[in-house]
Amino acid sequence: MQGLARLWHWIDDICGLSASFGPIFTHRVPAAKKSAWLYVFGSATLVVFLVQVVTGIALASAYVTGSGQAYDSLRFINQNTLGHVLRGIHYFGASAMIVLIGIHAVRVYLMAAYKYPRQVNWLTGVALLLLTVLMAFTGQLLRWDQTGFWTAVVAAEQAGRTPLIGNWLGHFILAGDTAGGATLSRFFAAHVFFIPALIFALLGFHLYLVLHNGISEPPKAGRPVDPRTYRSWYHAMVARDGVPFWPDAAWRDLVFGLLIVLTILTLAILVGPPNLGKPPDPTIIQASPRPDWYFLWYFALLSLIPKWSENLVIVLGPLVFGLFLVFLPLLGGKGERHPLRRPWSILIVAFIVGIIGYYWHMGVLAPWSPRMDAPPLPVAVVGVASGPVADGAKVFHDKGCEFCHTVSGYGGIRGPDLSDAGDRMTRAEIATRIFSGAENMPSYTGNLTPAQLAVLLDFLESRHLKPPAATAMFPPR
Amino acid sequence: MTDASDESRTGIAPEAVDETRAGRSRRGFLSAVSVTLGALMAALVAVPSGWFLLGLRRSTREWRPLGKVDDFTVGATVEVAFEDPSPLPWAGVTAKTAAWLRREGEQEFKAFALNCTHLGCPVRWLPDANLFMCPCHGGVFYADGRVASGPPERPLVTYPVRVRQGVVEIQTSPLPIMG
Repeated sequence: MQGLARLWHWIDDICGLSASFGPIFTHRVPAAKKSAWLYVFGSATLVVFLVQVVTGIALASAYVTGSGQAYDSLRFINQNTLGHVLRGIHYFGASAMIVLIGIHAVRVYLMAAYKYPRQVNWLTGVALLLLTVLMAFTGQLLRWDQTGFWTAVVAAEQAGRTPLIGNWLGHFILAGDTAGGATLSRFFAAHVFFIPALIFALLGFHLYLVLHNGISEPPKAGRPVDPRTYRSWYHAMVARDGVPFWPDAAWRDLVFGLLIVLTILTLAILVGPPNLGKPPDPTIIQASPRPDWYFLWYFALLSLIPKWSENLVIVLGPLVFGLFLVFLPLLGGKGERHPLRRPWSILIVAFIVGIIGYYWHMGVLAPWSPRMDAPPLPVAVVGVASGPVADGAKVFHDKGCEFCHTVSGYGGIRGPDLSDAGDRMTRAEIATRIFSGAENMPSYTGNLTPAQLAVLLDFLESRHLKPPAATAMFPPR
Repeated sequence: MTDASDESRTGIAPEAVDETRAGRSRRGFLSAVSVTLGALMAALVAVPSGWFLLGLRRSTREWRPLGKVDDFTVGATVEVAFEDPSPLPWAGVTAKTAAWLRREGEQEFKAFALNCTHLGCPVRWLPDANLFMCPCHGGVFYADGRVASGPPERPLVTYPVRVRQGVVEIQTSPLPIMG
């Protein structure tokens, strides 16, 4: 034991470790008391980032960055038990990072810790948030199955909405005229070198600023930030009431960090990584690309907003949100910090969380997606096995009506439920709608023979929620 | 805190600075030279790297055979697969590309891009319904490519098709980015 202590003293003497880094560990931080556990999300994000770096390096050592081989190399990784678990850790690590950086940002925003002198802490944090989202996006694409391939195409199309440079930007993302051999290497380099390098640099700066400005103290209503007096007040406060960061505050970061790592590991083992889809063959058109859960709300948003607002939402939406995040600390750098004195901040957070929550829910339901795999209606629903009504039910399926309209629990939910069409509309009204179509329904003029139309109308007219006695033996759900 | 203790902590002794006018002008000159050289060094590396990164692989437009005219039924729309304009050796399955081909008459063909004009997902042809449908956001197109309903605003993009010596050929094209 004494030998070890002497060895450490010798190393410390010639390296100057405790002289240079000791003060960083033991610098005094405000005693956060009741809100102390609210300060763990930033460090937990860092912990998960390191988890991603380690598992990412391990995965990259077996991944082949070729558009033709990446999919097979992932299947190879997946067949290995540890490889499977590593993919799971990397996937749930990505999810955890998105969640934690989100909570961290909301905590900092609600406590207005972005005010003087921590404006640049906030701005570097905003950049790190953006980079984390880019990591999630590029990482999902590196799975390079069918969804990964089409994600690259959809990304290029979305970038194509940018004014002036859209077309160039779209093809720049694809690294050429088409999505193919060069595309994957581009995303790999971004995901593995370019974005992580930026994250490391900004993270270093972010942590340096945390030390330079000191960690923000929990806000108190009626104690506004005054840039002229804040620093001297802060230094006196931590000298008087503060505690050394190591170990008085740091232990919470480690407890929470360990909990997060254990959660990620458990999910990786019990749930596992997302399955690989079909191979990235552009000629297999049986594809329904869906983003991973963290982008599902945005995917839903793009489906459900009115047509005219689409370019505004795709281009202007992120721009306005970005400008809000950038100008927030520059324009609101002083004054009250307590959320109760800034009630609009609570409203803004509630609004954003509400929007994302709502569209996320819609994204899970995907009501706008035609159910192109809807089976033909069973006899129990149709009511008869032959005759015009049964023929009409077949037309209803074959012509794609059923992909968007539900009848007695079968079919899509994009259009109105037609289980009770016969109760709500006359034969003439139904025919008019079939011919005219609507915003989200094609017109079937010229698409139906008179015989098909007649049996289709027979079928739809026979849809009642309160069935007449003749069909009562097949009650709808 | 004395200089001596600073030195013992960091090993760096502060240098006495020549504060004469000549000394300051000399330091100003050396700083300017150093910054310029540093910027030059960065540019020497950044310019070729950035140029390479920003350069796009523009492929030539090639005619690819799709099959004999009589392989296609008049009035039918089928998926045709063909090779990318200039596939990279490592592109594997992604070197392939596809389109919807419709034989409209004896010698008339029309080819539609797979990509929905909304956000690029692959549309599917429903032969019974006579419609193209997009699985992503529910865009629908008529058999001639016009928008039938849903989010898309523009008709399906068409590719040039021709018939040469009884063989249908399609001209490869860049991915249509609608903007």
